[in-house]
Amino acid sequence: MVQSLDRSQGREGGGREGGGRAGGVAAGATSTHGTFTGNRALQIEEPLIFEMGQPGRCGVDLPEPPKVKDRLNGLRRARTIGLPGLSEPQVVQHYTRLSQKNYAIDMGVYPLGSCTMKHNPRINEKVARFAGIGDLHPLQPVSTVQGALELIDQLAHWLKTLTGMPAVAMSPAAGAHGEMCGMMAIAAALEAKGERAKRKVVLAPESAHGTNPATAAALGFTVKPIPANDRGRVDLAALKAALGPDVAAIMLTNPNTCGLFESEIVEISKAVHDVGAYFYCDGANFNAIVGRVRPGDLGVDCMHINLHKTFSTPHGGGGPGAGPVVLSAALAPYAPYPWIVKDGDTWRVAEDGGALKSLGVDGAPLGRLKAFHGQMGMFTRALAYIMSHGADGLKQVAEDAVLSANYVMAALKDVMSPAFEGPCMHEALFDDSFLKDTGVSTLDFAKAMIDEGYHPMTMYFPLVVHGAMLIEPTESQAKEDLDQFIGALRSLTERAKTGTAAEEFKAAPRFSPRRRLDETLAARKPILRWRPSNNPPEGDPMKQAAE
Amino acid sequence: MRYLPLTDADRREMLSVIGAKSVDDLFKDVPASARLGAKVAGLPDHQGELEVERAFQAFAAKNVSPGTAPFFIGAGAYRHHVPSTVDYMIQRGEFLTSYTPYQPEITQGTLQYLFEFQTQVTLLTGMEVANASMYDGSTGTAEAVLMANRITRRHKALISGGLHPQYRSIIETTAKWEGFKAVLSKADAEGLEDLIASVDKDTSCVVVQNPSFFGHVRDFTKLAEACHAAGALLIVVVTEVVSLGLLKPPGDMGADIVVCEGQSIGNGLGFGGPYVGLFATRDKYMRQMPGRLVGETVDADGKRGFVLTLSTREQHIRREKATSNICTNAGLCALAFTVHLTLLGEAGFTRLSELNHAKASQLADKVSAIAGVKLLNDSFFNEFTVKLPKPAAPVVEALAAKGILGGLPVSRLIPNDPSVENLLLLAATETATDMGMDPLVAALKEVL
Repeated sequence: MVQSLDRSQGREGGGREGGGRAGGVAAGATSTHGTFTGNRALQIEEPLIFEMGQPGRCGVDLPEPPKVKDRLNGLRRARTIGLPGLSEPQVVQHYTRLSQKNYAIDMGVYPLGSCTMKHNPRINEKVARFAGIGDLHPLQPVSTVQGALELIDQLAHWLKTLTGMPAVAMSPAAGAHGEMCGMMAIAAALEAKGERAKRKVVLAPESAHGTNPATAAALGFTVKPIPANDRGRVDLAALKAALGPDVAAIMLTNPNTCGLFESEIVEISKAVHDVGAYFYCDGANFNAIVGRVRPGDLGVDCMHINLHKTFSTPHGGGGPGAGPVVLSAALAPYAPYPWIVKDGDTWRVAEDGGALKSLGVDGAPLGRLKAFHGQMGMFTRALAYIMSHGADGLKQVAEDAVLSANYVMAALKDVMSPAFEGPCMHEALFDDSFLKDTGVSTLDFAKAMIDEGYHPMTMYFPLVVHGAMLIEPTESQAKEDLDQFIGALRSLTERAKTGTAAEEFKAAPRFSPRRRLDETLAARKPILRWRPSNNPPEGDPMKQAAE
Repeated sequence: MRYLPLTDADRREMLSVIGAKSVDDLFKDVPASARLGAKVAGLPDHQGELEVERAFQAFAAKNVSPGTAPFFIGAGAYRHHVPSTVDYMIQRGEFLTSYTPYQPEITQGTLQYLFEFQTQVTLLTGMEVANASMYDGSTGTAEAVLMANRITRRHKALISGGLHPQYRSIIETTAKWEGFKAVLSKADAEGLEDLIASVDKDTSCVVVQNPSFFGHVRDFTKLAEACHAAGALLIVVVTEVVSLGLLKPPGDMGADIVVCEGQSIGNGLGFGGPYVGLFATRDKYMRQMPGRLVGETVDADGKRGFVLTLSTREQHIRREKATSNICTNAGLCALAFTVHLTLLGEAGFTRLSELNHAKASQLADKVSAIAGVKLLNDSFFNEFTVKLPKPAAPVVEALAAKGILGGLPVSRLIPNDPSVENLLLLAATETATDMGMDPLVAALKEVL
């Protein structure tokens, strides 16, 4: 194990093997930033924990274990694990410094399209940590968790009412998991009708999220892409032509990934149902319509809801999510275990068929998708968010989100190039035609936004638009902040269009904790873990100790 | 509404820039039949923070929290003490309110802790490579089976009777709908199961758990050899990751894929989720892994940095040919895990593990001394199975009535199997005390 590294070298972080680090920095020399440490005021270079540890340190105090007879079947670990030892203040400093290298919603506009980066209220965190909610075992006697089951049912009630759907499966752990659940429910319904073998095709628009075709393919369906029309919507004629007795379902995002409402949605759902297929709606963009439109009124058979998008559970650096799936009456019987059922005044959890039967509930659950009862911590936060807004506030959320996106679109349409005619829903989609002949790409443009203090928009998605830039401001930004954001984008556009700024854009970002990273190198020679020999700085006296 | 910054004046001004008369104009693409004129009916209006907090206090008051009662339940979710630093760190807005590190220049914080997390997971499991986490151990196990099917191009998985019953159900469900065969061995309460003879040339993988659901500690080295001789993979599942502080790691037994439920480190019980799945394998299978991977690279100035990598496996690039449909990981729970494990370090983690084993040993001695109660385990880590003289489910209910959360009746997860009806699964972690164990023993004597 590495004992320690010279701090200035450790902070500098070294270069990776073969990475062509620009000039080795000897201890004591000033770094490329002109400081001894390589730090720049609040931006502090931080080594890996494995480069900081000392065997004599520990960040917890635990009592001496009582002496007992070893009952490990002779399988006691024979070698050390290799974990570094750090004291509590070092741990606090390490992660605090790391945190300062992150952009976050708490810092400003985070217009990552399709991700709904809205404000995360802290009351949600507080209530999720109440001992009577956060500190409960999922397999405690049901009599001791009546409040927890009631909480889940109350969220379920809101989700069903807001979507106009009769049932909801709460257990999926994320949006993609919810897709799996919904598509399995469709497969189960087809099987019950004896049609699973003949209906092998799932239709999905070319603009769909990648999870849609990945989910359908995992379940053995053949995915057939449906083209978009010149208005950015599903080409109804092409869809009708593709529909037939071999089609199991359509997977459609609405509002779609171009930020547009599928205006022919009622015709689409009718056409799909007419051939005996099901309508799976990807609810990733529910934030645009929550409280204003109920998907159940559009003929949807099932739809997952990303609680971390519409209902503001924290994105947490990429999870955890939660993806409850609302189901139509036709699909409700197939919802996976567990089912939470009210039996008189008592809440019950049906974890198997026998339990369902004894409660007198009809159902043919498709199985189980996750241990225990779902992402309770996310349910709690989502319900707190929903109760805070109420029916009136949620309607206002959708309206403000849509208004803000249209405002951004309107304020930029003369200098950037909207991909489609408006109005848009909660996100504004641009293509890269406004950058034509400037030498600046969508990527360069996005990276330049970083230097202006913004997280870039979603880039190159949806795939159907060239050099796509998808901006989702959400309802959480004040008008002044939107105006500054618009101003920054207009300024970048102006600079790009001078035709002489390409080099400057390609050098962006310049002020972030790291500049552009070599992703090709990362993929060509993957280094996915620290090893003592990954990159000891040249001539490092600890190199031998490390090996 | 406190979360919405736009004023009515803002809204009017914005509408005029857009050139719309009202916000309704912006929803004109919604078919008229589906446009709600008013807010959704039958739901209450917005509430202040105080009112919301009260509502949640009311939910909480209807539950019995383990912190207020003698508590001995495990079965895949374990109650450990989580240092205050952990919860403070994960609530920093820069971690809590950031997303997937798509823009690595301004998400090095997330990327570096995930790289450290991946390294910690390889060290604990004794494996070569780990991903940036899965939803949890249970879903990660099903993904491991799918991965083994892809690697071996075979479609039969042998599932141990020592694997957590709900994990078994998930594999069964995945097998049914994704089209492979899952052969489930019968519940292995005694820890005597031997699957070597069942491995054949059609077997893609064998899935075992260590310690098993019933608590037994086993060496799977010979099973790994038998799997490899037949061209199959061995998947070892660990639902109590603290055990890896004391036990020979699965990598040293020859496991090809290791999946752990990481909840025990850094993450509270939370009524079952969100948790964090650890997923590790051999270098040679790296490109068949599901989920996100963080790799080391350099930036334009030659400085070390981290990025999401090998994304050509993933759904947003590969679409229907992806290794999995997974999109998110368990980012914040992985952060809690890695912060806690960093606090513990080698010395703390090993001692935590020793403490757990010692507490469970004490509990086993106390409980098995009760007349009519038989300990089924020769070996265990912090959880074991006892056979009671009568069905366990009503016993656990009777204990709950006395304010004691006294283990899990195995019949709750394995219903309709007379052989497990009298079995009680008991766990003790470092949080267990004599003040909790003695009332359990006294109450058990009364109700048996």
